[in-house]
Amino acid sequence: MSKKVFKNAKEALSDIKDGMTLVVGGFGLCGIPENSISALKEIGVKNLTCVSNNAGVDDFGLGILLHTRQIKKMISSYVGENPTFEKQFMSGELEVELVPQGTLAERMRAGGAGIAGFYTPTGVGTLVAKDKEVRQFDGRDYVLEKGIKGDFALVKAWKGDKFGNLIFRKTARNFNPMAATAGKITVAEVEELVEVGQLDPDQIHTPGVYVQRIFQGVNYEKRIEQMTVRKG
Amino acid sequence: MPLNRDQIAQRIAQEVEDGFTVNLGIGIPTLVANFIPSHMSIMLQSENGLLGMGPFPTEANVDADLINAGKQTITTVPGASYFSSADSFAMIRGGHIDLTVLGAMEVDETGSIANWMVPGKMVKGMGGAMDLVAGAKRVIVAMQHADKEGNSKLRKACQLPLTGVRCVNKIVSDYGVFEVTKDGFLMTEIAPDLSPDFVVKATEGKLRVDSNLKVMKF
Repeated sequence: MSKKVFKNAKEALSDIKDGMTLVVGGFGLCGIPENSISALKEIGVKNLTCVSNNAGVDDFGLGILLHTRQIKKMISSYVGENPTFEKQFMSGELEVELVPQGTLAERMRAGGAGIAGFYTPTGVGTLVAKDKEVRQFDGRDYVLEKGIKGDFALVKAWKGDKFGNLIFRKTARNFNPMAATAGKITVAEVEELVEVGQLDPDQIHTPGVYVQRIFQGVNYEKRIEQMTVRKG
Repeated sequence: MPLNRDQIAQRIAQEVEDGFTVNLGIGIPTLVANFIPSHMSIMLQSENGLLGMGPFPTEANVDADLINAGKQTITTVPGASYFSSADSFAMIRGGHIDLTVLGAMEVDETGSIANWMVPGKMVKGMGGAMDLVAGAKRVIVAMQHADKEGNSKLRKACQLPLTGVRCVNKIVSDYGVFEVTKDGFLMTEIAPDLSPDFVVKATEGKLRVDSNLKVMKF
């Protein structure tokens, strides 16, 4: 099982190729695979399709790879915080598929769980349902949505062991558990990599079977998008 | 006088019942939390994966791993739980959320809502709004009655791309409280010092005035 352990992000992603589809965990800048994103910039792969709830901000998160024009297409639910994104999207340089947030989460989950598609009430009667099958169950309309799989999935966890078992922290969990199931090769970066047996099996969020590669991350910035505080 | 943002939020807070699980959107809906009586046991859900959202943290307690769906730093209340986005939207779609409050650009007399896209302008995305309006047990919209050009946002039929079809139960605007019925909008409460005639004229969709119309008090 130590075959899963890699030295760093660059080594774990060395065989990533132009044109691949990446399923990426995180919500806003919370729980994003910071090390893997930096490594992709360094490796320089291009024409990527990224499936991720958001697109980062101008100079952080997936925004880094938009800046270097390495992303061809984004599949996301909300992309509002990024001027570079806006420029490339409005000029037609960047392709964008907007997906309702719950549908995006379920499409990742389905992709990883061997479910080809599912019927959801979300988006019925809207642009999202255009050209998709709509079917009635018990008098209510549902739209058919397909599962998503990626060539790679990039996730970030708080703790992980050398078998790839993962534990997330607070709301940094978000899309990471589903993304982890949806990659042909799932690369997990963790704040703390421990020996097998050191994590309580009752506390594991993502069982190691979903994780093919794991490495100890470094220099986490954990940037905060909206700092809101009260006096006290 | 038309209601201000806080008054709209204050009125919506009266719709929250003890024991409710509530999802509040960004803007006026967020303010609703400030008016929920402290003796009530309410769980606020944040769709990025938290049930039991608390107030903003003190500076010393800021945690980058703990944010709400608006990406703001927050805290939790006793009894809170964290979960994945798939679990979060299972909760929402599955009808386990009692009430969602969100803003809108338009609502029409059948209860359809548009709040995510203006053709020709930069589209930021629908986020979780389409799931929330499709899945929450009750949907209340907080918004201004008219847009910046003075056009009614309570429409006969929405002109903008829809977020959801026939899903809004109630609107609280700066002019009053409006239920969505099978027979169009029904004004049940009116802002202080406005006349029903004024509101009817300012509303494009079919609007009936309740025979027991109440004047709102603050």
